[in-house]
Amino acid sequence: MRASQGMPKRSPLGAWLDRKQDLFISSILLVVALSAISGLVVITAFIFKEGLPIMLQVGVGKFVSSSDWYPAEGHFGIFPMIMGSLAVTAGALVIGGVLGLGCAVVLTQFCPRWAVSILKPSIELLAGIPSVVYGFIGVVILVPMIRVHLGGPGLSVLASSIVLGIMMLPTVTSISVDALQAVPKAYRDGSIALGATHWQTTRMVILKASRSGLVAAMILGMGRAVGETMAVIMVAGNTLDVPDSILAPVRTLTSNIALEMGYAAGDHRKALFATGVVLFVIIMILNTIALTVSRRRSRRKSGA
Amino acid sequence: MTRQAISNPLHADEGADNGAPPPQINAPRHRRQLRIPPDVAQRIVVGGLWAIAMSAVAVLLFIIVFIMVKGLPHVTPEFLLQAPAKGGRLGGVSPMIFGTIAVAGLAVLIAGPIGVITAIYLTEYTRESKLTAFIRFGADCLAGIPSIIFGLFGFVFFADTLGLGISIISGALTLALMVLPTIIRTSEEAIRAVPAAFRDVSFGLGSTRWQMVTRVVLRSALPGIGTGIVLSIGRSISETAALMLTSGMVARHPSSVFDSARTLALHFFTLSREGISMPKAYATAAVLVLAILMINLLAYWFMRRFIARVR
Amino acid sequence: MASEYKRYARALWLLAMLCACCALSGCRRNTAGGVNVMGSTSIQPFAEVLADEFNSRHPSSRIDVQGGGSTMGIQSVTNNLAQIAMCSRELKSSESRYLKPIIIALDGMAVVVHKDNTVSNLTREQVREMFVGNITNWSQVGGEDRPIRLITREEGSGTREAFAKLVMNNQRVSRKALTQESNGAVKELVRGDRAAIGYMSLGLVNDEAKIVNIEGIVPSTDNVRNGSYPLVRPFLFVVRMGAVLSPAAKEFLEFVLSPQGQHLLVEEGLVSVL
Repeated sequence: MRASQGMPKRSPLGAWLDRKQDLFISSILLVVALSAISGLVVITAFIFKEGLPIMLQVGVGKFVSSSDWYPAEGHFGIFPMIMGSLAVTAGALVIGGVLGLGCAVVLTQFCPRWAVSILKPSIELLAGIPSVVYGFIGVVILVPMIRVHLGGPGLSVLASSIVLGIMMLPTVTSISVDALQAVPKAYRDGSIALGATHWQTTRMVILKASRSGLVAAMILGMGRAVGETMAVIMVAGNTLDVPDSILAPVRTLTSNIALEMGYAAGDHRKALFATGVVLFVIIMILNTIALTVSRRRSRRKSGA
Repeated sequence: MTRQAISNPLHADEGADNGAPPPQINAPRHRRQLRIPPDVAQRIVVGGLWAIAMSAVAVLLFIIVFIMVKGLPHVTPEFLLQAPAKGGRLGGVSPMIFGTIAVAGLAVLIAGPIGVITAIYLTEYTRESKLTAFIRFGADCLAGIPSIIFGLFGFVFFADTLGLGISIISGALTLALMVLPTIIRTSEEAIRAVPAAFRDVSFGLGSTRWQMVTRVVLRSALPGIGTGIVLSIGRSISETAALMLTSGMVARHPSSVFDSARTLALHFFTLSREGISMPKAYATAAVLVLAILMINLLAYWFMRRFIARVR
Repeated sequence: MASEYKRYARALWLLAMLCACCALSGCRRNTAGGVNVMGSTSIQPFAEVLADEFNSRHPSSRIDVQGGGSTMGIQSVTNNLAQIAMCSRELKSSESRYLKPIIIALDGMAVVVHKDNTVSNLTREQVREMFVGNITNWSQVGGEDRPIRLITREEGSGTREAFAKLVMNNQRVSRKALTQESNGAVKELVRGDRAAIGYMSLGLVNDEAKIVNIEGIVPSTDNVRNGSYPLVRPFLFVVRMGAVLSPAAKEFLEFVLSPQGQHLLVEEGLVSVL
C-alpha cells in the first residue's frame, strides 16, 4: 500500500532504479555478503595455513593423543588440553545453559512486561562486562572460596565452569528470548484454549516451536565458552595434566594458545596455531552434532 | 474436570496477558505423561524457574556491586580527565575512554551494516542451499575461535601487510571480523523468524523484493537485529586479547585513526595482572562498567525511537 | 517520495563507506616523529615510565610503547613495524644473527611463599627438587606438614627461561605445576595459598608475600648488583643490526642508559646497569 503512495513523485532516475532495482540491489548485497564471507574465509585459511604443516609433520594422531607438551624440546602433544576444553565447556554449558534458558523462559512466559523491560537489558548489559573482569572476580572471590571450602588449589575445572557459565549466560538468554518471542502468539493461545496449563504450553508448544533458535543460542554460548581465553587463563590453573576431578586444575586449548603465543617462535608458534586448528575442528564437530540433533528431532516431530 | 477447576485461578492470573478464556477442554495426552497434577507441576516449575532467574540476576548484580563498591570511591573527576602516569599507578583514564569509544564504535559501524546485509542476502536473496548452510556453519565455528588468534591475524594482515600499523583502524577491523559471525547469525535468526505470511502479503500487494525486505521484514526483525548489535558492542568494548596486538597499548589521546590507542579493558588487564595498582584497576573497571551501561542505554534509546518511527 | 531518495542515499553512503575502507587499507601510516617500542609485557610498565618522562622532556618526539610479548616485539622489529623491541628472554641464536641486544637493567628473581610459611631459606637444589616434583611436602624442607603447590610461568616467558637456566638446570618442571601468565597472578596466588611456592620479578614483590633466601643470601638490590644473589636476568632492548634509527629513537636509547633514565628504573625496583 505504502509503496504505491510514493509512485507519482518519482524522478526518472528513481524510475530507472525501480526498473533495475532487484538486479541492482541484489548485486550490491551479493558484493557485501561476499566481502564479509571472504573475510571469514581468509581468517580460516590463515589459521590452517599456519597450523596444518606442523600438525602433519608431527603426525595428526600423535599431536592429538600425546600428553607431552614440551615446546622447547620439540614435543607437541595436546591431549590434556583437548580434555580440559571439553570438561570446562561441558561444565559451563550445564551452568550457563540451565541459567540462561531458565532466565529466558521466565522472561518470556512468566514475567510481567515491565519487569522484562528491566531484566532483559540488564542481562544484555552483562555481555559487555569484559572477560578480564569476570576472570578477575573469579580469582579474587571464587577461587579462594573453592580452595578453603572444597580443597585443591582453587584454580580448577569447577571455577572455570562457573565463570564461563556466567559469562555465556547473557548470550544464551538474549538469543533464547528472541527465539521464544518469535513463536506466534496463536500457538500459545491455542494451547491454553485446549486446557494446557501455562507450563505445559511452555514445555510442549513454545519450547518445541522455538527449538532451532534455542539450539543457536546454545551453540553461540558454547562457542563463547570454548573460545574464551582471558578469564579461563586466570581461573583454570593451566597445568599440563589431564584433570581427574572437578577440583583439579586444567589447561584448555585456548589458554594454551594465549599463554604462550606472545613468546613463541618457530615450530612452537606453528604448534599453537595447530592448537587453533584442533579447536576449530572441535567446534565444527560440536556444531554438527547440535545441528543433526535438532534436525532429526524436528523431522521426527513432523513425521508423527 | 476438578483439575481444571483448580488450575483456573492460575490461568486467570495469566489471562490478563493473552486474553484467552479459561480452558474447558480436557487434555488426555498430558495426563498420560504427568503423574503430578499439572497445576502443581506448574507451581513447582515456575517457582524453580524464578529461583534460577533470580540467582542469575543476583550473581550479576553482585559482580556490578562488587566492582562499584571497590572502584567508585577512586573515580574522581581528575581520574576521568587525566592521562595515566607512572605506568598507570597515578593519573587517570581519559585517553582510554576515548580509545574505547573509537575502537569499539568504529568496529560496530563497520561490522553492523555488513553483517546485516549479509544476513539479508543469505535469507532473502538466495535459496536455502548447501552453500548458505556452509556459510552459516563456518560463521558458527569462527565464533568459537579465541580472540588472540583474531589478534594475530589482525597484526599480520591489517597492521603489517596492509600497512595500517598498530592503530585504531587495525583494531577496529579486527574486532569487526570478530563480531561479524555474531551479527550475521543473530540477524539471520531474527529475519527468519518473520512469518512467511508477511512476505506473501507484501509480494501480493505488488512490492519488489527490496521493498518487502526493508518495509516488512527488517521492520519486524529489528529488535532481534538490535540485540545482536548490542551484544557485539559489548563484546567489542570488553575485548582484550585481540586488541593488544592491533590497536595497541599507547596511553595517550589518539589524534587520528592511524594512532594507537589503549582501551579501558586492556588498561584494567595490565593494571590488575601486572599488579601495578589495585585501586586504579578497580576504578578503571567501574568506569568500564558505567561506560557499557551508558552505551547500552543509548543503543536502546535509539532503537526505541527508530522502532517507534517506523511503526 | 523523499524517503525513497533517502533509501538510495543510504545505499550509496554504505558503498562510499566500503570504498573508504578499501582506500584506507591502501594508504601507509605516517610514522615521522613516532617511535614504536614493542614487546615483553614484563618490561612494558617500566618502558612506559621511561617513555612518559622522555616525552615530557622532548615534546616534539613521540615514543609509543606496545605490549604483545617478546617474540611479537622481535617480529615487529624485523618487519619494521617497530624500531625497538623489548625482550625479557635471551635472543635465540637465529635471532642474534641480525639483532643487537642492549641490556637496559637487571631484574632479580624472587622465590616467594605465603606470608605464614615457616620456611625462610632454601638451597637452589631444594627449589629444583620441588619444581621437578621430587620434594612434595613442606615438611621435607623443614616446614609444616603440607603438600607443596607449585606455581610456574608460561613456556617461553623470560622469567621462566631464566628460572629454567638458573635453578632447574634445564630439567622439566613438573606437569602438576600451576601456570600463571604474569607476575601479578603469581603474587595473587601465593598471597592466598599457604601451600604455594612461586617465582617472580623481585621489584614487584611487596609485603603480601614472603621472599625466601636462596643459599642463605637475601635477595636485595645490592646482592643482585654485586652478583652474590644467583637468580638474575637481564631486561633487553633489541634493535636491528645496521638499521638506521631515527634521531628520536637514538635519543630515547641514550636517555634509557643515562643516569636519569637508570634512576627511574631503580625507583621502579629494577637494578641499574651503570
